[in-house]
Amino acid sequence: MKRLRLVIAMVIVWGGVAISAPSPDKPGQGKGATTPSKASTTAPADTAPLSAGLNPFEAPEFTTRASVIDELVFSQLEKLGIKPARPCSDSVFLRRAFLDVIGTLPTVRESAQFYADRSANKRAALIDRLLAREEYVDYWAMKWCDVLRVKAEFPINLWPNAAQAYHRWIRTAVRDNMPYDRFAREMLTSSGSNFRVPPVNFYRAMQNREPAGIAQTVALTFMGQRADKWPEEKLSQMAAFFGKVGAKGTQEWKEEVIFFDPSKTNATPLAEPHFPDGSTPGKSTHGISGDADPRLVFADWLIRPENPWFTRAIANRCWGWLMGRGIVHEVDDIRPDNPPVNPALLNCLERELRNSKYDLRQLMRLILNSRTYQLSPIPADPSRADEARAQFAFYPVRRLEAEVLIDALNQVTGGAEHYTSVIPEPFTFIPEDFRAIALPDGSISSPFLELFGRPARDTGMESERNNRITAAQRLHLLNSTQIQRKLEDGPQLEHFLKTESLSRPDITGLYLSILSRHPSESESEAALTYARKNKGKPREAALDLAWALINSAEFLHRH
Amino acid sequence: MKIDLYTDGTPLLLSNNPLSRRQLIKSGLLAAAGLLLPGRSLAAPLIKAINPTQGKAKAVIQIWLWGGSCHIDTFDPKPGAGRDYFGQFEKPIPTNVDGIQLNELLTNLAKTADKFSLIRSMTHGNNGHETAAYLVQTGRQPGDRQVYPSMGAVVSLFKGYDAGYKGLIPPYVVLTEPQGRFSEAGFLGSRFKPYATGGDPAQTRFAVEGVVAPGITEARQQSRRDLLKELNSLDHALQSDPQITNAIDCERQAYDLILGDAGKVFDLAQEKDALRERYGRNTFGQSCLMARRLVEKGVPYITINYKGWDTHKQHFQTMRRKLPELDKGLATLLQDLEERGLLQNTIIWCCGEFGRTPKVQWDAPWNGGRNHFGKVFSALVAGGGFKGGHVLGSSNATGEEVKDRPVYPCDLIGTMYDLLGIDTNAKLPHPQGIEAKVSPPPGEKTASGGRLIELI
Repeated sequence: MKRLRLVIAMVIVWGGVAISAPSPDKPGQGKGATTPSKASTTAPADTAPLSAGLNPFEAPEFTTRASVIDELVFSQLEKLGIKPARPCSDSVFLRRAFLDVIGTLPTVRESAQFYADRSANKRAALIDRLLAREEYVDYWAMKWCDVLRVKAEFPINLWPNAAQAYHRWIRTAVRDNMPYDRFAREMLTSSGSNFRVPPVNFYRAMQNREPAGIAQTVALTFMGQRADKWPEEKLSQMAAFFGKVGAKGTQEWKEEVIFFDPSKTNATPLAEPHFPDGSTPGKSTHGISGDADPRLVFADWLIRPENPWFTRAIANRCWGWLMGRGIVHEVDDIRPDNPPVNPALLNCLERELRNSKYDLRQLMRLILNSRTYQLSPIPADPSRADEARAQFAFYPVRRLEAEVLIDALNQVTGGAEHYTSVIPEPFTFIPEDFRAIALPDGSISSPFLELFGRPARDTGMESERNNRITAAQRLHLLNSTQIQRKLEDGPQLEHFLKTESLSRPDITGLYLSILSRHPSESESEAALTYARKNKGKPREAALDLAWALINSAEFLHRH
Repeated sequence: MKIDLYTDGTPLLLSNNPLSRRQLIKSGLLAAAGLLLPGRSLAAPLIKAINPTQGKAKAVIQIWLWGGSCHIDTFDPKPGAGRDYFGQFEKPIPTNVDGIQLNELLTNLAKTADKFSLIRSMTHGNNGHETAAYLVQTGRQPGDRQVYPSMGAVVSLFKGYDAGYKGLIPPYVVLTEPQGRFSEAGFLGSRFKPYATGGDPAQTRFAVEGVVAPGITEARQQSRRDLLKELNSLDHALQSDPQITNAIDCERQAYDLILGDAGKVFDLAQEKDALRERYGRNTFGQSCLMARRLVEKGVPYITINYKGWDTHKQHFQTMRRKLPELDKGLATLLQDLEERGLLQNTIIWCCGEFGRTPKVQWDAPWNGGRNHFGKVFSALVAGGGFKGGHVLGSSNATGEEVKDRPVYPCDLIGTMYDLLGIDTNAKLPHPQGIEAKVSPPPGEKTASGGRLIELI
């Protein structure tokens, strides 16, 4: 606790030193005076305790150089006459980058370091640091496990052993930044025991394991397409590549071996294999009849750089993950009548990805360092917000994912969450301080995660995750015993709850630990007034302030 | 009756149909927030599966005797079977209906036997708690790869938000603890799970989870709400953002429950003391009173999860404690509903997942206990179109076999669906598009004795 207090004191001092003179409005910058905030556009808001009336979310000018992405986004905005939002402030960027890259809030110390950093490239440096973190691996493995349906129980029925192995393989691939084309190929072409060769679980983690069902899952996962909208013939021609995927049990409980089974017969006779672009496997080179595993033939076709869908699907997915919306939206519904809103931008991302040999981390780095990503969440012209959102003219606020939210609550309070699996295997017992973003198996859960819309991982569709806030969720956060207990008993807040009267440093401390920023002058005043009204009940006043901050839109959303 | 699950040949309820989902969002169906429920992500015009002219019943109160109550010690006494069977209850009592006898401790129910009917030939043959509870509340055989929704979830599908229910209290409430995952929403998904209140209605303040926070006064609730409003800076900056406006709407609804009138339904202090005494000042009695208040607010399905009937040991001692509770609470509920004119529209059904072995196990370690018995058990039904004062079916002299008119869980549930005007042939929305109906068609997998026409 002493340490926390010290850090907070340091931040306050640094903040004090860092006050810089208000700079005049730059012409052409942030003149969208219709923003609802009506805030003045002076003073870099973050490095200093905010002065009265200043909006904590916007900055007067970019500190980042325009990138190839920005040229394409901003030129299209100009063409459409949409004014982009202002650049985001440092405090917004800090929190956004932490949440988007590692699914984790910055600690008070990490915030302090960032605010104290005076170098010009501090945002880029932070991005690099975050991309190297362990939590980056946990968080992005979680996202992939949604898409790849890593779940022990019904209806996926991987069972715990295989779910754990599959998760570990995915996590390792994210950690080692396995090139994405290899990542896809390993899942599509591996053979062996699902305990020992984890990528074969790709074929197990499907509800429909008939050839057409497999083809549908492959199209969704790697082409961002919903094959149920295809002509039936196209699907059955693609299904022909998956007609010889054999599966057999072993002595080991729930172990299954996936293998190439040339003698396999199917309920529906297989069609002549055609790739989804209509072409056929060249018999001379690959000879699909005979002894070649047709999965290999398909995978080779799929991951070729010139394949029109493979790169597009993953580039669009990555963009959507970071920007809250795909260039083709939704990211797993690419089809001719759902065109990209900015084709040049999508082409550019695809090119970058091919040039980097499918390095996803590099693609993310490019996006994160763009001015587009670093726009404020406040649209310049609220009356055209829908158009502006579709064209990435501001950063869209989104409620935190269930896992990220409970981790954030636990981090700021020092609390813990109890996770259980409906399949009581030894390794599904989870220690109390475990992070939800690191849970290996969709069947390991908690009532909180269910209430806040964690995906069931039944289909691999992005829409399974429901981040829309509900009244039940609001009720839970505002008034449940779970949240109340976290606030009252959490060791991280203890120091503030013991205060004799809620002072400015306490208020600043609570803001820094919960919202990762300094309070504005008016916010400090409001909190002090509240403390005065509750004189004689300093603990209640501090609790209520902490309660208000975790219930604020700023805490509950990435922004 | 034609079931309209489809608009343009596309099942609306499948989540993999983005266009329909988007249309639904636009049409506002998805925008309406259901309080206390997890994300409402699907909606459909299912209302048409209800034939409003057919149903007399508008609401259901399910009294669930978790653990399995003993049929011969409650509604089907066997004084002639010998001490090895009737144990400590040798003298059943007559009721206000000729020919119907009840356990000697059910004195209040004996005075109201004209209001309810008994089924003494319930059967399914399953002796596992979870599987039998699933069977009795879904009408389905367990072991199928599907997990079907319980009756409460089905009723909340057809009588809940999609059918015009607008209450802030969810349409399927459990007092006070959930029954476990096989007695919930099944494949219908989390939106149709019951809302379990938590807390204890017999306490001075019924601390309904999320609605009443123990230790926080109303004044403090109000003042910290004001603080939040003042400090919510991002809210202020983004007032036209759809995410933020939705969050603000949700918050307003939450406060309607916390501070507004909607939450007052849980405030039992609004009832007269004399009535609270009549129900019994215990968790079950006050839950019955709570159920009546929820019915008055239009909540269509309430389960009272009444635990403690799994009496392998100390059976008779437990019965002496619990039967007077059950008697007082249930009899008062029937009277109170009738006095308020609600009984004719409210179904009450009361049973557990199975009966208990009629032959008492006197030897150690049971020392006078009874085990699980799925072959025969009894159920009590009343209101909502059920006749009172009748007995349907019977068990043999020892209560070990069904003697006549076997009644299977799907027969009882199907009859209740009829009374509610829910078409048992209607399709249930399945996330993977698998064909599923409200009730299983009778056949080799589903034994049936037919609808309970004798009781309606």
